[in-house]
Order: sequence, then structure tokens, then C-alpha cells
Amino acid sequence: MKDSIDSHVTADGRTIGGVLMEMRDITLRFGGVVAIKGISFDIREGEIRAIIGPNGAGKSSMLNVISGFYHPQEGDVFFRGEKRPTMRPYEVARMGIARTFQNIALFEGMSVLDNIMTGRLTHMNSGILSQALWWGRAQKEETANREVIEKVIDFLEIQSIRKTPVGRLPYGLKKRVELGRALAAEPKLLLLDEPMAGMNVEEKEDMSRFILDVNDEFGTTIALIEHDMGVVMDLSDRVVVMDYGKKIGDGTPDEVRNNQQVIDAYLGVAHD
Amino acid sequence: MPDQLLYAMEVTLNGLMAGVLYALVALGFVLIFKASGIFNYAQGVMALFAALTLVGIMDGQVPFAVLINAVFGTEIHNFGWEVPAILAIFLTLLVMCALAWCVQKFVMRHLVNQEPIILFMATIGLAYFLEGFGDLMWGADIKKLDVGLPQGLNDTIDQVTYGWFGYGFFIDNLDIFATVIAAILVIGLTIFSQYSKQGRALRAVADDHQAALSVGISLNYIWVLVWSIAGFVALVAGIMWGTKSGVQFSLSLIALKALPVLMLGGFTSIPGAIVGGLIIGVGEKLFEFLIGPMVGGATENWFAYVLALLFLVFRPQGLFGEKIIERV
Ligand SMILES: Nc1ncnc2c1ncn2[C@@H]1O[C@H](COP(=O)(O)OP(=O)(O)O)[C@@H](O)[C@H]1O
Ligand SMILES: [Mg+2]
Repeated sequence: MKDSIDSHVTADGRTIGGVLMEMRDITLRFGGVVAIKGISFDIREGEIRAIIGPNGAGKSSMLNVISGFYHPQEGDVFFRGEKRPTMRPYEVARMGIARTFQNIALFEGMSVLDNIMTGRLTHMNSGILSQALWWGRAQKEETANREVIEKVIDFLEIQSIRKTPVGRLPYGLKKRVELGRALAAEPKLLLLDEPMAGMNVEEKEDMSRFILDVNDEFGTTIALIEHDMGVVMDLSDRVVVMDYGKKIGDGTPDEVRNNQQVIDAYLGVAHD
Repeated sequence: MPDQLLYAMEVTLNGLMAGVLYALVALGFVLIFKASGIFNYAQGVMALFAALTLVGIMDGQVPFAVLINAVFGTEIHNFGWEVPAILAIFLTLLVMCALAWCVQKFVMRHLVNQEPIILFMATIGLAYFLEGFGDLMWGADIKKLDVGLPQGLNDTIDQVTYGWFGYGFFIDNLDIFATVIAAILVIGLTIFSQYSKQGRALRAVADDHQAALSVGISLNYIWVLVWSIAGFVALVAGIMWGTKSGVQFSLSLIALKALPVLMLGGFTSIPGAIVGGLIIGVGEKLFEFLIGPMVGGATENWFAYVLALLFLVFRPQGLFGEKIIERV
């Protein structure tokens, strides 16, 4: 059942708006493997939407469909109520959808600053000539971009490693830089694939705080995949639960927690 | 100063300048290899094709004249006009960009995510295609290229060195010019890659495709861009070599000399291509001068390859290449 109201305010005072993105009857196959089986769900403006489920459930595949890395055989993606044509990943990025990867995809040879700077590429519009001659527009653009980048660096508390080549950073910091690059794009929708995987407790707490703050301060809509039930329950407004490519639950954390199918999947009850 | 030392100095200088041309060709390889992991065997033929096209346009040759005449029974060969060098260079540049677009659209695009060896084979195919295509378009005869570059003995250097040492160095004006152009090209490319939006995108693609896509970079666009830049570099190399020794098939063989240059400098380093080129250029000239007479000469044919072989054994990543890390 869908809410009839178009927007509402959460208990902690954030505004959740209308549907930003809707997935309708998505089916995705790899040869014989069906990674996603006829799944529908939506993401509302301003919310934190989680996708959870056991390993191999198809969560990353779903994120890849949203970001244009995978193209489903069946079903449609709607953005602000309009059907989205098949798009390449870079086109999706230019629409204002930024993402991180489960296995971290950073530019290992570049510094932290340069990595975050690439996140601004979609906001650089001046032509080669005006760049070369450092004309007004290129200059103004560069200044504006610098400001955003500095803000992101401050926000993520990574001033001390800004010049460090990313390849030399420990895992937890890499995850943070990758988030920074996505944030630099000032996205409308931020997709995070297991942002806390492989982190220790302290790093997880930091990351949770960043995610909540991004959503709260900038009003960024966030869809995230997470393994850890506890973390998801704390962070998200609504949760989609996947198992073996199917959707087995969708609702608020409390609703999902008490769903028998979800409990079974997480306790590893045998499937047939 | 002993004569022997003076000769050696002159040989070194000449070697440096030959090295600059090697470096120029190697640069084209590095650009494409960095951005797409493709070892472009066709780089040398691209230089030949660029030079052929430039001569053809300047002389007002009708492209595909042989083909047209065979099909329609006509006897046309020439438009009867001459195009100024600057305009012809610009037009050739457009042709090289169109070539880049075609290579991406009809070949490389369909081979994304293939093994490097497959991509390499594709560029071998491209090399042979382009060689035949160039012949068909502009004819197979040897042509003279003269875009008005200074040539011949540089009098100033001759006189100055004569004044100093009592022996005038023979340095060709064309070599000096090529050195200056190559230097400008390298500086320009470095600035472009460090500071422009396209340059940043190019470095991003060279580093990680997935990540590049996720920040809104179109891989196709970047690959067309690098093939265009490689085409531009090929054109510059083609002009220099073509002016020096005529536009003919052997021009495409200079690419073979770029191979040892790359092994020395590393396949991924622009400064490496330059330094590698200079070392090979000086090395082979000096070796020929010092050791050549003892072993019966003609060492220039093999010196570069032996040096490259030594590098392969002792420092496979080259002087400047990123260290090859084995992942376990
Ligand atoms: N590129 C791909 N090629 C083939 N199979 C894939 C690919 N990506 C995902 N899969 C398959 O789809 C299924 C779901 O994988 P994934 O979406 O990564 O699950 P999750 O992120 O929930 O762990 C798995 O069986 C996986 O092997
Ligand atoms: Mg996954």
C-alpha cells in the first residue's frame, strides 16, 4: 500500500518528499542466473532507503541497475515520474546520481584531493579554449569547485591526508575518500554499496554519522546497501529486503524486523 | 681539445636530436597505452599516413585518384591547386581526428574488456589496413615533403664552435627545430593533462574505468580524444621524418625504434618516453662512434634492441614506469 500523502516530516524533523526514483518490475539475468526477479520499489526525496539481504541476493545488481552499469531485461526505471531511457553510467552520473562501489573504485595513482576533484567533473562546463586562456568563466568555475571540494574535505575530516596518494591509504580511509568523491558531485541521489563493510566499530560509527549528516544537512537522498541489520535499523527510514533476487520485505525498520520471511532469511532457514 | 673528444661531442648532440624524434613517436604510444591499455602497433603507420595526407593535400592531389580512374575510366590526378602548408597541416589534423573517431567507432568500441593481446592484434590489423588505405588514397610513390621547415647546416653553431674549438659542429637546422617542437609538445601535453578538465578525465580513465564512469566520464569520448592526440603526435613525427628522409613506407618502421625507447622509459610515462628516446638516440650514435669500428660497424641496427633487452632483464618496468606489482 502506498502513502496517499505526498510529503511528510519525520520524527527528527527532516522532510521526506515525493517519489524521486521508482523501479518497476525489474528483472535482470546473467545467462542462466537471475540476479533480480521482478522487483518494484521506490525511493522518496530526502529519505535514507536501505537495501538489505544475504550475500548474492542481488543488492549490488540493483544498485548497478539504478546507476546504469547493468541494464535489466525487463522492467523500467522512473525518475521524477518519467520513464528513464536506457542510459550509460556516465549519463546517469551527469543526471546527478553519484555512487560508491562495494569493492572501492578509486583512482589509486592520484592524491586524495585529485580524487575528490574528479567528482566535480560533471560541474565543469567551460570549453578547452577558455580553460587554456583562463577566461572569466573557467576561473569562476574553478573557484566555485574549489569551495565545494574544501567543504567536503572538512566535512569528512580528511584535511591531514589531502595530498596523500590514495593507494597508500588504509581501507577505512579509502572508503571515506570514495564517499568524498561522490559528495563532491553534490548529487540528488547518493548510492552507497556497503559503505561500512570491513570496518571496525569506530570506523563504522564515523561512517554512520557522515551518512546521517549528509542526509540531514544537505537533504541528499540516499540509497544504501548494508549487511549489518543493526546499522540499517539505526540509519534508514525505509528498508527493502532481498533474498535470492526476490523482494521479501519492504517497509520501516520496525515493520521489516517483524516480518517472518525476513526473519527466516536472516536466520538461514532452508530454501527449496 | 683532442679531436676525438670533439667528434664525440658532435656525435652526442646529433644523437640527442635523433633521440627527440624517437621520443616523439614513443609519446604517441604512451598516450594510448596509458588511457586504454592498448599497445598501438599502428602508431608508426599513422605517422606515415599523416605525412602522406599532408603531402597529398599540399600538392592538390585527388584522393583515391587511382580508384576513381579505374572505375569511371577517367584520367584525373590533380585538382591543379596548391594548398599552403599551415592550412594543409590543419586539414590533415582534421583527417587524423576523423581517423581517431573511426578507429574507436568501428574497432576499439567492439573490443572493450578484451584481453590486451586481442587489442594488440586489432592494432596490427589497423596498421596493415591503414598502410593499404594510404596507398589507395594517395598512391605508393615516394614523395618529397617540404612545409618550409629550416634545413641544412646551422651556420651559427658551426661558426661559434669553430671559434671555440677550432672545429665547427655540423648540426642540422631541422634537428634543432624538431627538438624545440618536441619540447613544446611535451610541455603542452603535460599542462593539458594536469590542469584541463579533459586532461583530468583522461588521467581518471587511465587509472580506473569503473570509477571514471561513476563520475560522469564517457570512455568513448576519452578514447577518441587520446587517439586524436596520438594522431596529432603522429602528424608532428611524420612531418619531421618526412622532411628529413622523404615520405615513404620506411617511415612507418621508425615505430620499431620506439619499442626499445618504451622499454627503457616505461610504457606509462611521458617523461620516460622523452628520456628513453634521448638515451637511445645518444647511445646508438656514441656506440657506433666508439665501438663500431672495432666490430665492423652497423651497430645502429641492433644497439637499441640489445639495450632494451638488458632493461627487460634487470628493470622490466623501465626507468620511469610504475612498478609492476604482482597481486596474489
Ligand atoms: N557481472 C555479473 N556477471 C555475472 N553474474 C553476476 C554479475 N553481477 C552479479 N552477478 C550474479 O548475480 C547474483 C547477485 O549478485 P549481487 O548483486 O552481487 O549480490 P549481493 O550484492 O546482494 O551480494 C549473484 O549470483 C552473482 O553471481
Ligand atoms: Mg554486493
